[in-house]
Amino acid sequence: MLRNEISRRFRTLTLALVAALFVAGCAANNRDVAGGAVQPGSVQDFVVNVGDRVFFAVDQTTLSPTARATLDKQAQWLALYPQYQLTIEGHADERGTREYNLGLGARRSTAVRDYLVSRGVDASRLNTISYGKERPVAVCNDESCWSQNRRSVSVINNVSS
Amino acid sequence: MMPINQMMNVQKFRPIGSSGALISRVAAVTCLVLTFLAFSSPASALLRIDITEGNIQPLPIAIPDFVAGGGRDAQVAGDITDVIETNLRRSGLFTPVDENAFVERIENFDAAPRFGDWRIINAQALVTGRITVQPDGRLKAEFRLWDVFAGQQMTGQQFFTTPENWRRVAHIISDAIYERLTGEKGYFDTRIVFVDETGPKDNRRKRLAIMDQDGANVRYLTNGGDLVLTPRFSPTSQDITYMAFTGADPRVFLLNIETGQREIVGNFPGMTFAPRFSPDGQRVVMSLQQGGNANIYSMDLRSRRTTRLTNSPSIDTAPSFSPDGRRIVFESDRGGSQQLYVMNADGSNPQRISFGDGRYSTPVWSPRGDLIAFTKLHQGKFLIGVMRPDGSGERVLTEGFHNEGPTWAPNGRVLMFFREVPGEAGGPQLWSVDLTGFNLQKVPTPSFASDPAWSPLLN
Repeated sequence: MLRNEISRRFRTLTLALVAALFVAGCAANNRDVAGGAVQPGSVQDFVVNVGDRVFFAVDQTTLSPTARATLDKQAQWLALYPQYQLTIEGHADERGTREYNLGLGARRSTAVRDYLVSRGVDASRLNTISYGKERPVAVCNDESCWSQNRRSVSVINNVSS
Repeated sequence: MMPINQMMNVQKFRPIGSSGALISRVAAVTCLVLTFLAFSSPASALLRIDITEGNIQPLPIAIPDFVAGGGRDAQVAGDITDVIETNLRRSGLFTPVDENAFVERIENFDAAPRFGDWRIINAQALVTGRITVQPDGRLKAEFRLWDVFAGQQMTGQQFFTTPENWRRVAHIISDAIYERLTGEKGYFDTRIVFVDETGPKDNRRKRLAIMDQDGANVRYLTNGGDLVLTPRFSPTSQDITYMAFTGADPRVFLLNIETGQREIVGNFPGMTFAPRFSPDGQRVVMSLQQGGNANIYSMDLRSRRTTRLTNSPSIDTAPSFSPDGRRIVFESDRGGSQQLYVMNADGSNPQRISFGDGRYSTPVWSPRGDLIAFTKLHQGKFLIGVMRPDGSGERVLTEGFHNEGPTWAPNGRVLMFFREVPGEAGGPQLWSVDLTGFNLQKVPTPSFASDPAWSPLLN
């Protein structure tokens, strides 16, 4: 029954989100409208207002103060919305060899998972996966892109359940 | 006339076996029948390329179009000649003489050539051949290799095969010429498995593909639905092992390239990656990700028993066996940065072997056992290099923006790797280079290509 209630609420949220995106699309220059239209507890809310990713220094897995601040917000948000499960993706830039970068990405996703657990998130809600250097988001060949690719992304993976 | 051993830096070479001896064998894959053709008595001092030194002077070799046994055989005779010529040229050890310079036109395969006509155009070696479609439909391919200045036949062989196998016949003849003139096994009758890459850089579609070493006969082994990486040949069977992103955790798989049958290697709790076969084909070594650490495991393919080989709080990966199966080289950042280590095959006694500046990774043991090839990251560049198994004698073969993932030709003389062209529209391409660092060649592929792995000799 509870599950049905949640499911119903989700459908409502989804409809609201679609409407909100439509509004946001029409008023892309107005941050207040766009930001205010994001439904709390939605994936959009997580990505836009919490931040789904943190970045790493070259060949490093330590969490910077900025990264920890983002992850603190993720932990708080996850406490508010206990229905969600996360997959934490670990990524590396292209300036490493393929096999090592798979290990490095795994190390980064593990660092994020361990931090979230230390902030009270139940470990059973968190999965990790490494993509090594296989999934870049920025494709130029200098540090401006590499710094965006050295990342961990927290992906909500049970949106429609 | 100067003797050939002064002109061409060649050495004396022992004669072939007693004249008239017939040797035949059957290659399992193609049912090729091979016979040595006896022509004249073997001479004692014949042509040889010394390939122990770098940057050798390529040997001028004349390869006139093979004689067609019948009118309809001319096309395949010409095609086979072209493949042989391309193979020998790409090896960097031979310079095929321009056919416009030929004086004699070879029309009778059974007669000795007019050596003077070939000496005058400075051909050191001459290859003649004949292609005939037999009444039963099989292709008969014959060739002779001549030492032009000695006026002697160096070797002669004949093969029977099905017409579809004409490229393989050309590769096998190329290998025979290469072996007779260098004293080392060839590598032309081989294949490459690699990752074919299409689509934009931030959304690449990757497929396993296999092709002949010269880029012909490309065949796709996966459909691009799953991300696939690091395919490696079995030394003993028609299997490859590779990594694929399917299901919750990326896994190491075995794929039979004849039947298409696929299976997961082992039942590990987490991502497995960087697989490679043991030299006897009975085991796969790979990394298992455990939290932030990767350790190396071995799985016996018959008993399915797994053995843990490393146990350190680090990324241990890219394991590669020595050809005798007794040792494994791998990379680890246990000392703070990626370096190469050699351990016994049971995981005991790991010793660091790389001590130069920079980070070392993707070590691959030469099939000859004498060298280990690697990728090195130094001062923002990616280099391909080799060192002895004890870490001494490090040499760089090529360097640039990004070179990665060397693989050895089965004779341990040529390496293939991938090189990234930078830029948004850039991508990886396959290249080969001689062990000496010379003869850098792009390997033709249909699209971008990475992670090459060289097969053993097929014949």
